[in-house]
Amino acid sequence: MSRDLPARRPRALAWQRRRRALAEFWVEFRANRAGVVGLGALLAIGLIALGAPLLIDTDELSVTRATGPILDPPSLSYPLGTDDAGRSVLDLVIWGARVSLTVGFLATLVSVTVGSLVGIVAGHFGGWVANVLMRVTDWFIVVPMLVLAIALAAVLSRSTLTIVIAIGLTAWPPTARVVRAQTLAVEARPYIERARALGAGHVHIMTRHVLPNVMPLVLAQTTLLVASAIIAESTLAFLGLGDPTVVSWGGIIQDARGAGAVSAGLWWYVLPPGIAIAAVALSFTLCGRALERVLNPRLRER
Amino acid sequence: MRETAPSASAAADESGGGRVLRAARYVAGRVVSALVSLFAVMVTGFFLFRLLPGDPVRAMTGDQPIGAEQIAAMRREFGLDQPLWQQFLDYCLNVLRFDLGDSFLYRAPVAELIAERLWATILLAGTATVIAAILGLWLGAHSGWRNGERVDRINTGIALTLWSVPTFWLGLLLITVFAGGLGPLPSMFPTRGMGGTDTVGMLPTVLDVAHHMVLPVTTMVAVIYAQYLMIMRSSLLDEKGNDYLLTARAKGLRDALVRRQHAVPNALLPTVTLIFLNLGQVVAGSILVETVFSWPGLGRLFYEGLAVPDLPLVQGMFLFFSASVILMNLLADLVYPVLDPRVRG
Repeated sequence: MSRDLPARRPRALAWQRRRRALAEFWVEFRANRAGVVGLGALLAIGLIALGAPLLIDTDELSVTRATGPILDPPSLSYPLGTDDAGRSVLDLVIWGARVSLTVGFLATLVSVTVGSLVGIVAGHFGGWVANVLMRVTDWFIVVPMLVLAIALAAVLSRSTLTIVIAIGLTAWPPTARVVRAQTLAVEARPYIERARALGAGHVHIMTRHVLPNVMPLVLAQTTLLVASAIIAESTLAFLGLGDPTVVSWGGIIQDARGAGAVSAGLWWYVLPPGIAIAAVALSFTLCGRALERVLNPRLRER
Repeated sequence: MRETAPSASAAADESGGGRVLRAARYVAGRVVSALVSLFAVMVTGFFLFRLLPGDPVRAMTGDQPIGAEQIAAMRREFGLDQPLWQQFLDYCLNVLRFDLGDSFLYRAPVAELIAERLWATILLAGTATVIAAILGLWLGAHSGWRNGERVDRINTGIALTLWSVPTFWLGLLLITVFAGGLGPLPSMFPTRGMGGTDTVGMLPTVLDVAHHMVLPVTTMVAVIYAQYLMIMRSSLLDEKGNDYLLTARAKGLRDALVRRQHAVPNALLPTVTLIFLNLGQVVAGSILVETVFSWPGLGRLFYEGLAVPDLPLVQGMFLFFSASVILMNLLADLVYPVLDPRVRG
């Protein structure tokens, strides 16, 4: 291959190769219709969440300063009706996207970091280190995640950060397993031996050789993880373990239940936040499955 | 195991003894690892609830006006005036005797409360798991067999959508529809409790409880069957490439027969462990469904303890839920080699 290419600096060469790989990746991803739909939906929801401060006056989200009628069905001025404090449900749902998405991403970041670290270290060192780490991982897989997350959230103070920690510290084991398997596969290749012969240390091999090869699979895992993190966030908020002053999708549903909207059949208060959670979770799942299919050749013929 | 066998009969003896030995070693290994997991749960339970909040008494009393003597009495009751190692030792001995302390909220032993409510949860979660497993495995087998066709796409689409829906919201939605009746729909199913309290006789009681179970069970099934479907689907896909299916087809067997008699039984085996591994999901499901439908089981007890917060109760439930899932997994590990001869070797 190097015969055809003009002599260039290695960095430029590497970038050219990366660009080509990315283009190929995009062509394959585009072929998966469900994945493209998911990606489009996520981009739209992300834009709305980012632009929420431009659309909504924060005064209208305050329980004491809201001006709307109470528990009013949908109308022209309140497209999704109002809640028991006279706030527009549409505004609440749009604003809730910010907290739900932030918590989902942060929790995923925590668990992907922990999972990748555990997986790479276990795969690289092997021996008793791997034994201990995988034992811990297995334990976290067996112990029911929601129960552990609830226990954590119950003993820590009730805040959004608590929810991030509770989800992040319980959701990492699958990532650790995937990363460890991939690390073992990468380390069996000859170029790792070459690097070692040239005097590369553990940290160099793990960060420069193993990590870049593990990242694509981690990305697919991450996308799937965000979906369950967002569902977990809404679940903990619904159980009353979140910060009650923050507007999140799970919190809106809990408020609706508290206001008696469920048994009174006030569908406009109950329906929208749940649909929002399901739409975001489904979009992430579709994207993640499409990514997995592109990146994992074993799944491709399915 | 050996390079040369002295005689045929001796070799048979040897392999028979070796198998027993290997099975014993397997069982012992699994049991020991489950015991280690259980011990880890116990340690987590202790440190999570004793160290993190700073002081359990303060966490539980909150801002209630309470005298210094009362706080001191409570600290004595929880053994907080003793050194940490002494507390840990007492706690371990108590847990081993199934003494999980007294609930702050109910003023009764936690173990007793759990025993009281256990059956309601087993009834609800058990029914839902059985229905979800049958539904999921059946749909998953069809989906995998017709991989990529319209049946498969619709099935996986519905399953993924229902998986994305939060359990508690689906329950609330069913209540909204069925409680007051929406539009022309009358209210058909009860939405609270377990029923069976003011009925006379065996049959009416059973019918009343079943009537109360319809909505909670539907909610749980809808959320957990998706996993069984996806597991069965991919297991069948793994099985589909095998040569014995080609043989079966070459013999001239009908397509449905090849699927039912050859592919599905083999694909079913690996799903067994995965179904047990997913029990954590069932526990999570019962906490939410019981909370939403006021079902008098363990999940609702957990939620009630959480709202106070009643730390001895929450801690006891944490131990109980984790221990039961670990024991169920041990059971799956032990049963699996009996079911699947391929992993015995």
